[in-house]
Amino acid sequence: MSRIGVFVCHCGINIAATVDVERVARELGQDANVVFATDYKYMCSDPGQQLIKDAIAEHDLDGVVVAACSPSMHERTFRQAAGDAGVNPYRCEMANIREQCSWVHQREPEQATEKASEIVRTLVAKVQQDEELAPSYFPLTRRALVIGGGISGLEAALGIARSGYPVVLVERQDHLGGKMARLSGTYLNFEAAPGLLQRRVEQVLSHPHIEVMLQAQVTGLDGYVGNFQAWVADVSAREAGEPPAEPRRIDVGAIVVATGWDPYPLNRLPEYGGGKILDVVDGLTFEQMLQPGAEIRRPSDGRVPQEVVFVQCAGSRDPERGVSYCSKVCCMYVAKQAMLFKQRVPEGQAYVFYIDIRSAGKGYDEFVQQAMEAYDVLYLRGKVSKIFARGDRVVVWGADTLVGRPVEVEADLVVLATPMLPGSGALTLAQTLHISADGYGFYNEAHPKLRPVESLTAGVYLAGAGQGPKDIPEAVSQAGGAVAKVLQLFAQETMVQDPTVAYVVEDICSFCGVCVPACPYEARELDPLRRVATVNAALCQTCGACVVACPNKASRIHNWEPGQVLAMADLLVK
Amino acid sequence: MGASRDLSFAEMVQEQSGEPVQRCYFCQKCTAGCPVAYAMDVKPAQLLRLIQLGEKEAVLGSSAIWLCVNCQTCGARCPNQIYLAGMYDALRQMALGEGYAPEPSVYALHRSFLDSIKMWGRVHELTMLMEYKMRLLPKPAIFFDGLVSDLMMGGGLIAKGKISFVPERVKRLKEVRRLYETNSPGTEVEP
Repeated sequence: MSRIGVFVCHCGINIAATVDVERVARELGQDANVVFATDYKYMCSDPGQQLIKDAIAEHDLDGVVVAACSPSMHERTFRQAAGDAGVNPYRCEMANIREQCSWVHQREPEQATEKASEIVRTLVAKVQQDEELAPSYFPLTRRALVIGGGISGLEAALGIARSGYPVVLVERQDHLGGKMARLSGTYLNFEAAPGLLQRRVEQVLSHPHIEVMLQAQVTGLDGYVGNFQAWVADVSAREAGEPPAEPRRIDVGAIVVATGWDPYPLNRLPEYGGGKILDVVDGLTFEQMLQPGAEIRRPSDGRVPQEVVFVQCAGSRDPERGVSYCSKVCCMYVAKQAMLFKQRVPEGQAYVFYIDIRSAGKGYDEFVQQAMEAYDVLYLRGKVSKIFARGDRVVVWGADTLVGRPVEVEADLVVLATPMLPGSGALTLAQTLHISADGYGFYNEAHPKLRPVESLTAGVYLAGAGQGPKDIPEAVSQAGGAVAKVLQLFAQETMVQDPTVAYVVEDICSFCGVCVPACPYEARELDPLRRVATVNAALCQTCGACVVACPNKASRIHNWEPGQVLAMADLLVK
Repeated sequence: MGASRDLSFAEMVQEQSGEPVQRCYFCQKCTAGCPVAYAMDVKPAQLLRLIQLGEKEAVLGSSAIWLCVNCQTCGARCPNQIYLAGMYDALRQMALGEGYAPEPSVYALHRSFLDSIKMWGRVHELTMLMEYKMRLLPKPAIFFDGLVSDLMMGGGLIAKGKISFVPERVKRLKEVRRLYETNSPGTEVEP
């Protein structure tokens, strides 16, 4: 006989308004293995946790079931509380009667209450067979790999190095700086981008903790959080047509993926004359004309343009082209470019076609307004339908939706604010690093709100435009966030491994190998000497795919043993 | 821009009216609150837009600039502190100066009002309204439109003693008339 305690949470009214929590506690209290059952308004609160601890001491409990929200929400909380009071944390389980019961059965309180009792009973059955487990510990490598030498990568590398840890910075190009190296000035403060960047590059190059590998690419990754083995290849040989050198192995504990973005190919905008009309250029090309020392001249005949039309959303927010997203930086850099143009060509006129102005950010809206008021840039609200050549000029057909009539502008130069695309090679790298990307090819963050700088693979963090369109301050902020995550990892003395992972009962393993491809986390290997399958506990995410795949039931998960699962199922299938 | 556009027009309006017309971001709050917008051919926010676009003809030729009753609701509500009423004044002056035909009935009323003050030093409603009607005589369509209802209302006002037959002259009429010399309301135009 076990001595189990059942603790039913009201979660305010989240559970209690639908489920009769007192009845659930009363019914469970009659179970032969339950020696104590009660309900409380908020079990996760300090008094709620104290209630559990007191009950463990008073009733000499050897197992705990908390009927409340989901384990991902509070399993850690309650296992900690149970452990503090002397119950093995892995003999504390959560019965989810909120997401899986009260929230979805708000119109059937009677049946919801019955279902809640059933859910709790299955967990009581499970706890009876839960083993007392202990987490395992393993060492970690306190060196970081930063992939990408743009502003995000530079910031990330500097942040980690300045905290005292060695960093290897891998950049595919033969120089550092990324796209920022091609910008003229920054918006808001008109600071020259090259100078701003150069300071950072020099700080990185001269830092004793940073090793910079140029013309290098990450081609393979083994291991797991805290103990990665990255394979970095020199791509200069391949580009020179020589046989590629053997990739170099670099052991690291954490990885920051800071690859950037690429401009949208102009020739995919034929109705805007992209790729055909020389005097239709993209924003990045115009940036180069605006760089200190450069001159604004038409690509066709080298004349200084007097009338310049900027076209925002030239490809962005266009589901037809597969780019439904807003590229976010264009509203701002177009305002900046228009103002810089007016500074250089005071007699000139700048026009901006836009569908919406998205200038969310400190000082951003004022900046755009400055272009209209102080620089007389004419903003025209409407999407451009067609751009074509007339003589040596470029004609833009659009509309002014504010007065509801078509507009034609004959210009000398047209600048298209094209979408930011994920960098070429981003998908290949995602595969190499076992991280996921969205339909556009931007890396997926672990959670859009609460884990914006982490990938779903532990130990791999994200920074910069590879994760989504963003401007310099945002890229720098995200790099700082990624640095903090790396430092959190490096601050641990050892890595803690949860014991509820898969294992192999070697006596009945037939060495068939079915489990190896079944594992989505590459945690499975075959040991040819002992002729058994093995599990890398650090990589296992307890998904159970190997358990299902194994024909001999040799593959199992600690505390999710076949006997436990069957006992739970027996209660439900009466 | 097309041939009819003159991007310096916005600057001219800004200079003459003192209103920052480039600041408008077209929230349409002015139009939404305007009591006479329903009768305007170009709504207040649209008018600002046409100014920005340099569509001088469309702006100065619109009847909307004459329909504004100067209640100043638009300016009081504008988030960008553009006082449209002042802008309308400037536009009316520009329109007259450049020979654009004003809205006949509005122009006739303004003129009669000013003439009445010049004559008596203050408004004398009966003679002012008579002049107003006389000024509209060459435009029979406008003259006869509402003539009966105007006469009925006039009769009612006279019966209640709201309109006197005998005009009153202010004491220092000369001083009032001096205002007309120093601040000429512009050339008389043919409505």
